Amino acid sequence: MTPGFAALSAAFLLLAALAVASPWGGRRAGLFCGGVSAAGGLAALAGLLALGAEPAFWRLGPALALALDSLSGWFLVAVGLVVAVAAPALAAEEKGAGTARLLPLPLFVAAMLLALAAADGLTLLAGFEGMSLAAAALILARKDTAETRRAVSLLLGFSVAGGVALALSVGLLAGAAGGTGFDAIRSAPPEGWRAAAVLALVLAGAGSKAGMLPFHAWLPLAHPAAPAPVSAMMSGAMVTVALAVAARFLLDLSGPAQPLWWGAAPLLLGAATAAFGALRAVLAEDIKALLACSTIENAGMVLAALGLAACFRAADLPALAGLALAAALLHALHHALFKALLFLAAGAVLAEGGSRLLDRLGGLVHAMPATAGLALVGVASAASLPLSAGFASEWLLLQALLAGPRIGEVWLQVALAVSLATVGLAAALAAAAMLRFWGLVFLGRPRAPRVLGAREAGMLWRGPMAAAAGLLLLAGVAPGVAASGAGAVGEWLGVGAADGFGVGGGSGVAGAMLGLAAPGAAYLPLPVALLLAAVAALLWWLFRRVGRPEPVRGPAWGCGAAPPPRWLPLGDPLTQPSAAGFAQPLRRMLAEPWLARREGIVAPEPAAPGAARLGVSVGDPSVAWLLRPLGRARDWLAARAEVWRDWSLRRHLGLVLALVCALLLAFAAAG
Amino acid sequence: MAGIVAQLLHAALVVAVAPLLLGLARWLKARMLGRAGPPPWQPVLALAKLVRKRPVLAEGSSAVTRVAPYVAVVALFAAALLVPSFARGMALAPLSDLLLIGALLALARAAQVLAGLDAGTAFGGLGAAREASFAALAEPAFLVAVLVIAMLAGGTNLEAASAALQEGSLGLRVSLALVLVALVAVALAENARIPVDNPATHLELTMVHEAMILEASGRHLALWEAAAALKLLVWLSLLLALFAPFGTAGSLLGWPGAALLWAGKLALLVLALSAFENAIAKMRVFRVPEFLGAALLLALVGAVLLFVSGVLA
Repeated sequence: MTPGFAALSAAFLLLAALAVASPWGGRRAGLFCGGVSAAGGLAALAGLLALGAEPAFWRLGPALALALDSLSGWFLVAVGLVVAVAAPALAAEEKGAGTARLLPLPLFVAAMLLALAAADGLTLLAGFEGMSLAAAALILARKDTAETRRAVSLLLGFSVAGGVALALSVGLLAGAAGGTGFDAIRSAPPEGWRAAAVLALVLAGAGSKAGMLPFHAWLPLAHPAAPAPVSAMMSGAMVTVALAVAARFLLDLSGPAQPLWWGAAPLLLGAATAAFGALRAVLAEDIKALLACSTIENAGMVLAALGLAACFRAADLPALAGLALAAALLHALHHALFKALLFLAAGAVLAEGGSRLLDRLGGLVHAMPATAGLALVGVASAASLPLSAGFASEWLLLQALLAGPRIGEVWLQVALAVSLATVGLAAALAAAAMLRFWGLVFLGRPRAPRVLGAREAGMLWRGPMAAAAGLLLLAGVAPGVAASGAGAVGEWLGVGAADGFGVGGGSGVAGAMLGLAAPGAAYLPLPVALLLAAVAALLWWLFRRVGRPEPVRGPAWGCGAAPPPRWLPLGDPLTQPSAAGFAQPLRRMLAEPWLARREGIVAPEPAAPGAARLGVSVGDPSVAWLLRPLGRARDWLAARAEVWRDWSLRRHLGLVLALVCALLLAFAAAG
Repeated sequence: MAGIVAQLLHAALVVAVAPLLLGLARWLKARMLGRAGPPPWQPVLALAKLVRKRPVLAEGSSAVTRVAPYVAVVALFAAALLVPSFARGMALAPLSDLLLIGALLALARAAQVLAGLDAGTAFGGLGAAREASFAALAEPAFLVAVLVIAMLAGGTNLEAASAALQEGSLGLRVSLALVLVALVAVALAENARIPVDNPATHLELTMVHEAMILEASGRHLALWEAAAALKLLVWLSLLLALFAPFGTAGSLLGWPGAALLWAGKLALLVLALSAFENAIAKMRVFRVPEFLGAALLLALVGAVLLFVSGVLA
């Protein structure tokens, strides 16, 4: 047994023990969450040990097989870190509550680990479906209201549909290979119509869990329904598992000889998803829904990078394929970390500020400076500002897209240029969304009196956030370290080489930076940081020489705005940008064609004393085009099925008999 | 060694030229309209005065108001150091990645947006929302322009791209002309110039850039003014480095002449900018997407022309 496998087994055993012990845990939720966190840490350790090592394989039964290779190792690190960081914060949410209702938590984590480490199609499906079921149970065990029920029903509906699609694709692959084991599937890669069907089914199955267009509608409803640390795990870890499954099918199981369109489809879909998710994030008014929309955006980016890697591999450009794969892996890791951090910040804000709505928050930087500062680290990554972790992975993705036209096909070159523009739009929209999030929550004046009661979040919130922020800062200053790990994954997959990154040989300090030989570009975060620090020091010295008069406080100028009357202690709320107000320019510019925006002013009758009202509505097209028709179809089927209630026992028995006969005949025909 | 000296000289030139550019643009615009106008060095005097004044912070504003102007100036000064001016082979040339320069500009913008939101005033929020929105539309056009340049020059390093374009081996290309128009449009939007924003306006409802710094005063205002001047310099010298790189000196002897030539080219660009701004009216805010969308389309057409002409094959 390799050390990696030992760590993974220890994580599974620990989770099993916690699940068994949960009914008798009493009120020791803190200890329980600590155990789950430790299991996450063990999983991350197992992944770290597996990176670049010889793959380990373990068959436990006919359909149960686990493998620890570089690809699963990479994603185990990401998922394990998210679990390790987010679980302690759940103890703060669950303070004084029993551990019994936390029973689904270890199952949720174990299912994610199972899906990642699976080496058999059926094991993968079990883990993939199990994590959705456990997440649903986790949400319902905590809060059972109409709103959460609606969210959970959407979650389960999409998860069942996605599971069916994934099961069909496993079936198609296994049918040709003669077994559901990954080894058998790898030896018989799909071709022709079978490949097209597998691609479509995998995109629908893994994509719907990751929020890919047009199956994204459930994410902004279901992810916010859970308590914040669970939301962090759903957005940071569960979506990452879906992306890992997509990578497994797209790049590993389907073999190296797939044509160009195999990668072009995820590339275009991913880019469109990214832009759409970012636009919805700009418009969202609930902070957790905003973060869930940003998850859609980032999952789209990762999917696009995976597709790009497949394109480069099809065009026989291994160096660029390795670059695109590294972009996908790094972005998945960084997104997992900053999304966990931001969801925890949202949880702390909800706990202290009393609301999830941007329009009822504001000015929290004064009461919660540490939370605000830590959240800013995550916001910088999500907005891909320079020196942040998010910028490093986005730099890799943009470099891969910029090098894309080396693939000689003109149609793909045009598609790449369009994807580049779309990804750029998504990145800039995400920056706008994140600045809006941080600015409206932490800056300005409180928008509701409840915010005045906020205090700094407790250590159980701040500690995990600080851990995630520290990892993000490290990843931002030394992205080359992670990139060399991603290179190892690429080498194991046969996509690109391990030493494709790093400046000049890539060891020591130089290896911490990103340098590309093929497109001729380098991003050197350490010298950039030094340069910025030097300029800042120069500026500081200059101002000291001039003499820095200490600032005084005065009322805001606001172009001569009158001071608010005394009965408005928080100032006039209408003179501050609201959630809808900040989004107004982009809503007007972009939402009309994509989100069915409608705006209208209802003016009162002339001389009537009432105020004019501005009505604004934005709708997600997938609700109108996918969810509503599906709902209608369900109602119609249910109405038809009602007929069976009135049947007599004789007819019921006849139906069963007919079904059994039909099945027997089918088996006989199939031989 | 020569690289470090060139870099230091470049830094000194940046400090000297940036405020003068802004003043020159104002003076030229005034002269064209028949006014006397303030002298071109007026911004330098204004900065010197503002730096000594005691800042007044708005009640309820946080540390963001005090830190953001420094972040913006540091980011923009670093970006200005990365864009080549008169000499090849400056010490920081390996860092001068086009995507990094774009990101440094984005960092300065983020600082400004947050500063606009900090005091919780109406105009600050309005300006911040508009600035973030325009950036979202300018970014795709900028990236596709970078795509064309990277395809022609073989990478995104600005120094290398500028040198490749200076050699002239690439010849005159229609794609480059289209990308030039696209980048000029992006530059106008990013620098809050007419037709996107009016840099001279104090009519509250139409302004973007000024709205975010309404609450700044004293040295903070001086820093914001310096940031605006630096941003203009970054964009103008970026355009020069890509589309008019001739005369950039490779050796020490050529430096004085090349520096003079660079200043002359900048002055010409400012003259063109002033003439353009005087000849055209500011457009409505909600027509800006069409303006920047046209820039994106032009850059895309440039890229597609390159694909079809098969330069990469």
